[in-house]
Amino acid sequence: MKLLAMDTSTSAITVAIHDGTVVLAERSVIDARAHTEHLAPLITQILSEAGLAPGDLTDVAVGVGPGPFTGLRVGLVTARTFAHALDIPVHGVVSLDALAHEAMSSERLDDGDELVVATDARRKEVYVARYAVASGAVLRITEPAVTYPADVPETFRALPAVGRGAVLYPETFPTRVGPLDVSAGALAEVAVAQVAAGVEVGLDALYLRRPDATPSAVSKSTVMAPRGAKR
Amino acid sequence: MTHQPLVLGIETSCDETGIGIVRGETLLADAIASSVDEHARFGGVVPEVASRAHLEAMIPTLERACTTAGVRLSDVDAVSVTAGPGLAGALMVGVAAAKSLAVALGVPIYGVNHLAAHVAVDIVEHGPLPEPTMALLVSGGHSSLLLVPDVTADIASLGSTIDDAAGEAFDKVARVLGLPFPGGPHIDRMASQGEVTIDFPRGLTQGRDLERHRFDFSFSGLKTAVNRWVELRQRSGEEVPVADVAASFQEAVVDVLTKKAVAACRAQGVEHLQIGGGVAANSRLRALAQERCDAAGIELRVPRPGLCTDNGAMVAALGAQMVLRGRTPSDLSIPADSSMPVTEVLA
Ligand SMILES: [Zn+2]
Repeated sequence: MKLLAMDTSTSAITVAIHDGTVVLAERSVIDARAHTEHLAPLITQILSEAGLAPGDLTDVAVGVGPGPFTGLRVGLVTARTFAHALDIPVHGVVSLDALAHEAMSSERLDDGDELVVATDARRKEVYVARYAVASGAVLRITEPAVTYPADVPETFRALPAVGRGAVLYPETFPTRVGPLDVSAGALAEVAVAQVAAGVEVGLDALYLRRPDATPSAVSKSTVMAPRGAKR
Repeated sequence: MTHQPLVLGIETSCDETGIGIVRGETLLADAIASSVDEHARFGGVVPEVASRAHLEAMIPTLERACTTAGVRLSDVDAVSVTAGPGLAGALMVGVAAAKSLAVALGVPIYGVNHLAAHVAVDIVEHGPLPEPTMALLVSGGHSSLLLVPDVTADIASLGSTIDDAAGEAFDKVARVLGLPFPGGPHIDRMASQGEVTIDFPRGLTQGRDLERHRFDFSFSGLKTAVNRWVELRQRSGEEVPVADVAASFQEAVVDVLTKKAVAACRAQGVEHLQIGGGVAANSRLRALAQERCDAAGIELRVPRPGLCTDNGAMVAALGAQMVLRGRTPSDLSIPADSSMPVTEVLA
């Protein structure tokens, strides 16, 4: 197996290559406003670092979020298109799972330990999910949700908290541990485990929010102009 | 030339996901997916809705384009994509997809200007562009008069709208007249049954305005004038002669557009005028432009309506010209530039 993993659901633009046993190479850039600019160059860099051509890849894995929409889509459309062009499978991974997985290793968590992942959802909200360690792997025990920090359940707050949400809202998450942003190496490990277990998450973006229905100032002849728009 | 480059173009600047495939100057496929129905209930283009739709439409539209063209992605020699201008989030989906294809296939990428692509599309319809060409781009998003010495490298903006785009005026007036959406074709049809009986204002065509805005357009005042005229009629209890109002409004728009376009050609010594954008489908615009170009000794070129609206073919057509003219491809790190100036043809 030669799996290319990528994630753009947090402030990191991150890519990695996994051979089915270990992570061969990993690269990340932290730049929350420039996912489009960084991702493709990072993929070419990681391929040459691993000494691989695109045609050598057997799988693609991508974080499906939740995460800020614009950045999230960059990773999703890149992964889907890449896999389509090479005619290889693409596997979705819940991005928060990758953060929980990495924290389990870095914090040496044991079976029975619990943690909460909280990432920045902007607009003063966080994406959260709760995890428990079981048989040496993280198990998500709540569906990913978007919420105000003030509305995070009491039971989550006492847990070690992973992700940038814990830095932004220390009152809600007093025990910050582990990584701030997703790393593609961790995401690749989750993907490889999912493939081995025959689990497919799917490739739908986890937006968790409806689009704001405020029409753009840009309109065109094939669509209705904004009603009552004044200029 | 023994090998004509096979170029795939991606367009996602607004609400249409367009994938075009061109071999040299021959159009092989022009697949399109539109999210127009999803926006209608919001009364305008919702950027986030458009962006989500682009993500979902990308692979199916790619597949359709390849099937129609009878090519495999591995045959593609270069990828081109609209880098701007347009809706930022929407552009990003196309730019990311194009970069991904470029890396996976090991081919160059050309991030091109959307307006330049509107001009270049006529190459696959009517052959090589005369140089220089004057281009009048009129749609719901654009109203531009462009001087195009070389569509792959050099475009100058002579004028543009200072308020509403021409297509917007059609949509708004259609609503006032109780005509269905989209306004353009309905006004066109209704106008053909009426007479030009009302002398609606021609924006930026008189005195000081003309001096300062020689090749600019303004349709906001016209729209207001139509509104007021219809309101007065309704208030006095008289029936609104919809066909005549449509004809008179349409005449005011196309009169200004064609007059300024021909004047720009004369001022610049340009002998070729191209019209593009959704409003180019308007029959009166085509007829009057033809009449005035003939009188001025100017050759008029208008692509078929399907190629005038936003599509992937235009992006592929411009990308192929970039390859044929040996332009340096874009860097993989180019951004999506929502306000890309028309003077920047290639990112
Ligand atoms: Zn356009």
